[in-house]
Order: sequence, then structure tokens, then C-alpha cells
Amino acid sequence: MIRFSKQQLKIPQLQRPVYLVTAGQSKFDRAIVDRRTEELCIDAFTMAASLLNLSPAELKRYIHSCYYGHFADHFGDQLLGEAVIHDRLGLDPLGNVGIKTGGATGGSALWEGLKAVASGYSDCVLVMGWERMDEVPTDEGNFLISCAADKDWESPLGHIYTGYYAVMAQRYWQIFGKSEDSFRRTLAEIAVKHHRYARFNPFAQAPMDITVDDVLNSPVVAYPLRALDCCLMSVGAACAVLCDENTADALTAGSPNKPLRMWVAAGSHTLRPADRLDMKIPLLPNEEEGQYDDLAERFPGGDRYPGFTGFLAARMAAYYGYGMSGITDPSEDLDVVELHDAFTISDVQTYEDIGIRPYGYGRDYVESGDCYHTNPYTNEPGKLPSNLSGGLIGCMHAVGATGIMQTFEIATHIWNRWEELHGDQALWHRFDRQKPADWTSLQVTGARRGLAISHAGVGSHVTATILMDPDHLIR
Amino acid sequence: MSTFGQVFVKNNKYKPQGSFHHLTPNTPIRDADNDWKLLGVTNPRDMTYIHSYGGEAVFFESLSKKRLMATRCDSPDCDSRGTVYMPFRIHCPDCLCRNSIIDITDTAKTTATIHTFMVCERSGAFNLLEKPIKFINIEFKGVDTILMSYLAVGEPRFGQKVLPVFRTLEPTYTILDLSWVVDGTAESDLPQGFSF
Ligand SMILES: [Zn+2]
Repeated sequence: MIRFSKQQLKIPQLQRPVYLVTAGQSKFDRAIVDRRTEELCIDAFTMAASLLNLSPAELKRYIHSCYYGHFADHFGDQLLGEAVIHDRLGLDPLGNVGIKTGGATGGSALWEGLKAVASGYSDCVLVMGWERMDEVPTDEGNFLISCAADKDWESPLGHIYTGYYAVMAQRYWQIFGKSEDSFRRTLAEIAVKHHRYARFNPFAQAPMDITVDDVLNSPVVAYPLRALDCCLMSVGAACAVLCDENTADALTAGSPNKPLRMWVAAGSHTLRPADRLDMKIPLLPNEEEGQYDDLAERFPGGDRYPGFTGFLAARMAAYYGYGMSGITDPSEDLDVVELHDAFTISDVQTYEDIGIRPYGYGRDYVESGDCYHTNPYTNEPGKLPSNLSGGLIGCMHAVGATGIMQTFEIATHIWNRWEELHGDQALWHRFDRQKPADWTSLQVTGARRGLAISHAGVGSHVTATILMDPDHLIR
Repeated sequence: MSTFGQVFVKNNKYKPQGSFHHLTPNTPIRDADNDWKLLGVTNPRDMTYIHSYGGEAVFFESLSKKRLMATRCDSPDCDSRGTVYMPFRIHCPDCLCRNSIIDITDTAKTTATIHTFMVCERSGAFNLLEKPIKFINIEFKGVDTILMSYLAVGEPRFGQKVLPVFRTLEPTYTILDLSWVVDGTAESDLPQGFSF
């Protein structure tokens, strides 16, 4: 039983406000055969400078320390890869540090960069993440990813991470999905949505025009999860520049980018789901004491928390992040989100962990149409559009870069630059990709606030990154 | 022909024997669509790691002796006193005292049921299990955590009673020495090398 002390439940405090001023990313793909990782990082940094109408050299003059997210040394076969990238970006002799928390590495790198600015250590920091997953064949890649499970107790069982999520999918489907085919179709709808949105994103690796039946007929990886329920294996880089208020004003003076207020919070839970002891559900501000007392009556078998159906780490990241930024109800207070859709099932679990829907009712976020850019049932704007980038299923999962890619995407909506940055014909051409004839702008009209969730392991680390237009703060 | 790398410990030092790595030459990667221009190079490598089980060694040794060992916090002042851990945890996560080691073989034989499961059609490289792999997560009466393992015989479903089986013939001293079969499976149907 986990019990929290008052000290542990303290809402994190920043010493001063932190702003995101720009971000950038490279092309994402399964393999990038003719470019080194440093070339991709330079692409991302050059883009970040260009959004401020600055040259890379001009932007570099402001940077004081650097936070690098790169998860898997064994994929890249290069220890101290941070030193290589830092050198090639020409940022020596500034202090830098590597951060690795599995799939949450990008979010954790933002967390560290934020704290450096908030504390006053630096007035401007670079957060850069990358991953290079094309240096081994796919089955060896799956082996390397499975090394992020417990090597003595879990990895030898299949050496495939999808399996560790499939047991959660099975449990969730039977308990909260009541074993209904309609629930399985809702999971598949998430994959359809994310591959479809990827069609409008020139950076994205897996644009597809598919149907629910295509997902349900795709090869089984680990039943009930199929190939199209799973995230991608990717190569690419993404970066963000974080500043204090004065530096943010100076850096954005000649650019359409408005400095965005930023908060990042983090939570954790055991690497092995096996070790998760039963506990009382910690509540978010939009939930009421006692509302889960009869959960097991509504969903027989749903009495164990977080068991194999919830992620405590995500709930804690949301608890801290909402407390820091004043969010009381994510569906009302936020305009756009990017969630860590490693698998269709974990996307649904996360809707509940972060309070978009109560536990047991995550499917309704999809079935209501609220998660779409345009609600397919009403043709009105979706209430809280999610993963318009295509997410990890449609856009990429270049692990160390993922949380930063999500943040880039959220920021482009709040800057009202999504259409400009994703519709640019020259960019499609440079990435050797065909802009679809039915290309549609996914700009969320009037977006003021957004959230990105970065998630590792089977929920071992989760971060919540929150961005707000400073003229639309909640408090 | 070199022998597989093996290790024993003498005077508190690892003593590796046999071949721990194999030399394979690098080869160029060329672009078949672009005049066979050089793009990169392969870096082959074959290594054997030397890994200590530390305080969990007793768990892995016990499997080959048909015993399933768990741990329990018996620390008098700990809020988690009496919590039973399977997977085996060396220390209590609450008070950090060293847990007591307990034998739960009989509990497993009488109370193990499937909490959740999945059937895996693909595995990563280097995996030794035959596909499809039936992962099962197992609840035990009086145990506070849920063990992940694999079902060797039978079909998984929630609540299905299962029995542990142990690899007693040529044990690997890994978690793969423990498997499970549905209740009612005959000894003659166990996978080769395993017994109840
Ligand atoms: Zn204890």
C-alpha cells in the first residue's frame, strides 16, 4: 500500500517563470541511411533558430547550458553521445548533461532544462533529444527495447515490449471494456486516427489511410495487440529552447513566436508491473472523494489499483503539473494535447490517468469524438483534440526526441503556426515526401493551452509538460 | 572451435574460461540505387556478459530444486510488515530492511490463478521460447504482488487455476526454468525437462 506524506504531495514550486520560445525537429523515419545523428540534431536546431528569424549562431549566443535526451546507448553503439552532439552543435565549453528515462526521456530532458531556468542557474537552455534505432535489424531492435524491462524477471519472456502491454490490454479489455468487440474497435479507431493525422504532417514517418478493419486484420504481435496497435521505431531529433522572461522577450522580438509559459512535472512507478501494490486511487482536482468506491461494482474485477489497467506515474505527473499551472479540469482548461500512444491501449489508459475521463470510461473520449480535430459526429471542432501530429503510432517514436516532438507540436498550435510549418510545400519536398492532395490544416483554432505526456517502460516514468499563452493563464 | 564462455568465482574474482567474443570483419554498406556509393559499414560483435544475481541467487537456484521462493518484510516497526513479494524482492521497499526468504511452493500449487495474460506471436532476437508464447500474470493467495511467467500447457483465461512446473533437467538458472500448466495437466504432458 502506497501512502503519501504531506511533503511528498507538495505542489512543486518554480523560483521564477519559465518560457518556451522556440522548438524544431528533423525528419522522422524508420531509417535515415545518408545522415548521421548530428546532422539531424543540426536540422532541428536550425529550424528552431529559423522560427525566431535568427541564424543558428545568433541563437547559440544566448544558450548557457544544455540538456540532452538520448535513451538507448546500445542502439546507437556510442557512449557519451551527448558529447558528440554538443561538440557538433558548437556549444563547448558550456555545461551539458545526458538524461535517460526510457520513452519519457524527451519529457525528462525538458523537466531538467525547466528546473535550470527556474532556479536561475541559466537564463536560456537548449533541450535536445534524439534516437537512432536503425543501426540494428527490427528483431534485434525489439530485443534491445526489451532490455528496458527487468532483465532477470521479464525480458527473457519474449524479449518484446508489446507483450508487456498486451497483458494490460487483455485485463483492461475484459474488465473495463467488458470484453466487447466495440471496445476493441475503439482501440483500432485510435490507430486509424493517428495514422490519418500523420498524412498531414511532413515530419511523420507512417502516414496511412486505413480503416478499423485494417487494424483488426493486421498481424498479431502479442494478442490482443496487433501490428497497427503499436508505435513506430524511428530515427530523428527534436529540440526546444527555454528561457527566463527577459531573455524570452529579447529572443522573440523579431518573430511571430510568443513566449509560452511552461511547466513540467514528473511521476514514477515500479519498472515491473508485477510489483505494483494495491492502493487507493489518488484524486485529481476534477474528481470527488468516494467517486471510485463502487468501481468494482460497475466493472467487476476493477478493484485493484493501479493493477494492470492504470498508470500511477501518469496520475502523479498530472497531479503535480495541474497543481503547478492551475488546471482543475483538463477537458475544460486545455485546447490540445499530445499523449504517449505507445500502444492503442496505453492511450486509453492515459485518458483516465490524467483526468480527461474518469477511470473506467476512457473509451468515451474517442467514442464521443472529443479527441478529434473535427468531431466526426457533429462536424464541430473536437472538444480536446489529441495527437494531431500522428503521435507515436503515426508520426514517430525516436525515443529521446518524442517528448520534445510533442511539445513542438503543442507550441505550433498556440503560436498559430501549425499550418505554416506543416503545410510548407518546400519542406515536403526537402523530406522527399508527397504532400497529399487532400491535405488539411489541423491548426486548433484559438489554441491557448496544451499538454504533452511523455511515458516510459510500462509506466515507470511519466512527465506532464504544460504550455500556456501568457495572456491566457489560469491564475 | 572455441568453447562457450564460462565463468566461475575463486578468491572473490571472476575466472572466465573459453571464448567470450568472436571476431567478424566489418563490411561496407553501399547504395544499390546510387552507383554503389559508400553509405556506411557493419560493426559485428558477439559478447557474453557476466551477471551476478546477488541476493536473488537463491531464487534462481531453488527453481531447479522445484521450490518457489518469495520474500516477506518481518521488520517489527515497518508499515509494510507482513507484505509478501513474488517477484522476490531482496529488501522491503518501505523500510529497506532485508526481507525474510520464504518458500511459497505449496501456496503456488494450491492457490495460483491467472490475473491476466496474452499470446505473443512475435519475439525479439535472441529469445529462447517457442512461439506462440503465452504470457501469464499470476496471483497467489497471501501474496501481495503478481508474478509474470509463461504457460507451457493449456489455454489461459482470467481466474484459471495453474500449477508451477520446474526445469530440473539441464536447468538454465534463469526465469525460464519456471513455467506453469493448467490444473489437471498430466505429468506426461509436461515440456521436456520439466517436472511438477
Ligand atoms: Zn519493511
